[in-house]
Amino acid sequence: MLMENNLLVLKNICKSFKKTGGEEHLVLDKVSLTIREGEIVALLGRSGSGKSTLLRIISGLAQPVSGEVLYNGVAVKGPVKGVAMVFQTFALFPWFTVLENVELGLEAMGIPKTERGRRALAAIDLIGLDGFESAYPKELSGGMRQRVGFARALVVEPTLLLMDEAFSALDVLTAETLRTDLIELWLERRIPTKGILLVSHNIEEAVLLADRIVILGTNPGTILSEIHIPLAHPRDREAPTFRKLVDEVYELMTKRPRNTTSKSEAVPLSYRLPDAPINQLAGLMEALASDLYNGKADLPELADQMGFGVEELFPLLEALEILSLARTEEGDVELTRFGKNFVDADILQRKVIFAELVNRHVALVAHIRHVIDERPGNRAPEERFLRELEDYFSEEEAERVLLVAIEWGRYAEIFAYKEGAGILSLENPGKIDNG
Amino acid sequence: MKESKTKKRVPNLWDASAFVLVMGLVVFLALGSSQMSIPYTPGESIPLSLNPVYLPFYALRTVVRMVSALIFSLLFTFTYATLATKSSRAEAIMVPLLDILQSVPVLGFLSITVTGFIALFPGNLLGVEMAAIFAIFTSQAWNMAFSFYQSLKIVPKELKEASELFGLSPWKKFWKLEVPYATPNLIWNTMMSVSGGWFFVVASEAITVGKTSVTLPGIGSYVAKALQDKNLSAIGFALLAMLIVILLYNQLLFRPLVTWAEKFKVELSEGENPPSSWVFTLFQRAYYLRRCIQKMSDLSSSLIERAPALPRITLNSWTTTARFRKLQGIIWYALLALSMTSGLWMLISFVIGGVDYSEIINVFMLGLFTLTRVVVLLLLACLIWVPLGILIGLHPRWATTVQPLAQFLAAFPANLLFPVAVFLMVRYHLSPEIWCAPLMILGTQWYILFNVIAGASAIPNDLLEAAKNLGLSGWRLWKYLLLPAIIPSLLTGLVTASGGTWNASIVAEVVSWGSTKLIATGLGSYIAQWSAKGDYPHIVLGIAVMSLYVVLFNRLFWRRLYSISQTRYRLD
Repeated sequence: MLMENNLLVLKNICKSFKKTGGEEHLVLDKVSLTIREGEIVALLGRSGSGKSTLLRIISGLAQPVSGEVLYNGVAVKGPVKGVAMVFQTFALFPWFTVLENVELGLEAMGIPKTERGRRALAAIDLIGLDGFESAYPKELSGGMRQRVGFARALVVEPTLLLMDEAFSALDVLTAETLRTDLIELWLERRIPTKGILLVSHNIEEAVLLADRIVILGTNPGTILSEIHIPLAHPRDREAPTFRKLVDEVYELMTKRPRNTTSKSEAVPLSYRLPDAPINQLAGLMEALASDLYNGKADLPELADQMGFGVEELFPLLEALEILSLARTEEGDVELTRFGKNFVDADILQRKVIFAELVNRHVALVAHIRHVIDERPGNRAPEERFLRELEDYFSEEEAERVLLVAIEWGRYAEIFAYKEGAGILSLENPGKIDNG
Repeated sequence: MKESKTKKRVPNLWDASAFVLVMGLVVFLALGSSQMSIPYTPGESIPLSLNPVYLPFYALRTVVRMVSALIFSLLFTFTYATLATKSSRAEAIMVPLLDILQSVPVLGFLSITVTGFIALFPGNLLGVEMAAIFAIFTSQAWNMAFSFYQSLKIVPKELKEASELFGLSPWKKFWKLEVPYATPNLIWNTMMSVSGGWFFVVASEAITVGKTSVTLPGIGSYVAKALQDKNLSAIGFALLAMLIVILLYNQLLFRPLVTWAEKFKVELSEGENPPSSWVFTLFQRAYYLRRCIQKMSDLSSSLIERAPALPRITLNSWTTTARFRKLQGIIWYALLALSMTSGLWMLISFVIGGVDYSEIINVFMLGLFTLTRVVVLLLLACLIWVPLGILIGLHPRWATTVQPLAQFLAAFPANLLFPVAVFLMVRYHLSPEIWCAPLMILGTQWYILFNVIAGASAIPNDLLEAAKNLGLSGWRLWKYLLLPAIIPSLLTGLVTASGGTWNASIVAEVVSWGSTKLIATGLGSYIAQWSAKGDYPHIVLGIAVMSLYVVLFNRLFWRRLYSISQTRYRLD
């Protein structure tokens, strides 16, 4: 009997992609999850946690390597009737009007034209797009476009609604209105939807909407923890209970399950260096050092003040941690001695400090320098390192990681890089001719 | 509520004009095509009059050929490109093939295909017509299919996911997602291809293969006859007719299409200067006509919806084991390699059968002559058109007038202008070795010009202002900003111009005026002369060597430059 209340059941989902060498690269490892009727569940995770991949497996757009997806007790083998998705980038057909876009799903279901029109207009009314039926997407603002996205998903009367970062491409105010409208429809039972699964990197959004938050860890994606949000709707962002839950989620997300990086050790070649541009690192450290925080800040507060989502903030924190410029603990971040020195230094000194830390803590950068030193002419093609990294990562990921290492190494003047040619060298950029 | 408004409407003036326009076109095309399949034996000469009164009719015949070729090209594009994207194995062979076909000099094949098509339709003019249509087809189809293929490859992932999630059938997905997405690019490419097509239609209307000379009534054959008769005024009339035809084609077909295609552009903001077209406006306002079209499309789609759904077949389901798929792959590629080697062997043995080894070396030497001409001409064209194009591009008002003019000139078949040049060469005893060369680039140089204009007008104003602010002027401004900024678009233009120039060498290296024949040493004249004699081993050798030159030139030179320009000089 309990089974009947389970809308969606995931059992030990594993997903991997082929790397260039033919080896498999694991992105999801034994993920099990159940969504019950009447529940809103949020999947939270950093980039690389495979949350979007998981959503695509649930919707039947992708197949897991092993494990099972049961929707209403039936195994999912492809796109299922009753599951609809709202996309981050809206995914509207620019050559169709609002009405035609909304009708699209119904048309594929083989519903006759008059019925299609009636239902599409009803959905358009419901989501507050009345009067825009004949407009083309390019005439609409971002918020209005996403409303079309919602109308298109809701018109097929889905039992399970999936949202892939549905609000993250919208500005703050628009996103908030749309969230409120959606929750209202949901609470007042004006949509037949029985469950919502949203993927997000916005912690506050998850706490605001979800009954349950599932946190995915990275490399490979696994479920780290779950947290229930027992608050009644509408929720007040300023309420102490709300803030406490937000803090709790931050803490869960910054808890490191690995004990790889003790302070003095370098991260190995196989480490996924986070996407952390130097300027943002410096900006974050400067903010931390400011009078407002005096070197130590509460993460939700910091994120709010700097206008960062998890997607942007966490890679920076990770980088600061690796380089031992700052330490993150229990939802707080604190500058270290090195971090304070860095902030106090001038432009050239900063480079010296950064160079020393990168050399000591990032094996990849040190390795690149070592190889260039060894090679005749002190030059090495970037492919050489890409091949090496592809032992650990997919091709794309290897490229991304190498780019991060190159940016850090270049800033620290540990080596030089010529982008068009893809050559890493010791040449002083000033001396390179343009051949 | 919409219905009540519509019932009161009567057909308006727009409806009337649209009706006249549509019916007129239908009648014209019917008239033009009625003469296509009359009985005919090769060698028989179709009477052709130089009286300008008949010119409109000849022009119509030429247009019908163009339209038919375009229809075939579109059919080919849709099937070939779609097939290539649906199977990775097919893709592995189909795409490189297309790439090679794009660089093969079409004109060289004419003599071979004519014989084939005549054999296909014995005793009927349709064979010759088909040969001409095929020549135009080969000048358009590869290019269009390639553009369509490339568009299909970059259909946004989330749109694909959305259509899959909503359960659109592959057929619906094709028409609702893939074709619309590819439309703007395809139309642009079609326009360029049709521009090139005029050149070939003119060239293919009067061909001599061995002893048989075949003439199809059309502007091209009219000019050919005028050449024979040394009739300068007839040539003048032909030029005028061509001018009008291209203008009409542009106004009635492409401007409306380009305007209409605006709606398929994916960028989600409205452009500043959307193109406009009077024909498009006319059809938009022709209310009844639109209703009719709407009703017809509704009817057909409801018929399709009512048809029993075919069971969906999933190819390559994951039930087949990995080892089995690997085996399939090995067999596929083995078969491919086998057929390729046997093809190569056939080609070689065919050529060796009729040609000496020393001849092969000779042909490669001739290729060097033509290569030199092509390179020198492209450089000269750059010297002239790059500065001019930049100057024009920097002045938006000039650009908007010159740009369409350059596009128009690119469409104008340059071979119609050859007689004038030949006349002058004969008159002033100019050496064909040098003076034939400019003819090769006569029609293709415009690609350089309008691409440079486009590049220069796209230079961000910020950059220009920054340069001025830094005090850059004169030569420094050109060296540091203007020239680097137009490099990507210059290369796009050069690649197109280069291909066209090679092709044109086949008709430009041998020209005649009455009974005087001027021949320039080169691969083009080699192919042309052996075509006239109908000696196939020599023709095949010539074409194979020219294709080799073009392909190598593209691979070793253009492609590298292009990728460098795309990484270093892209402005975004």
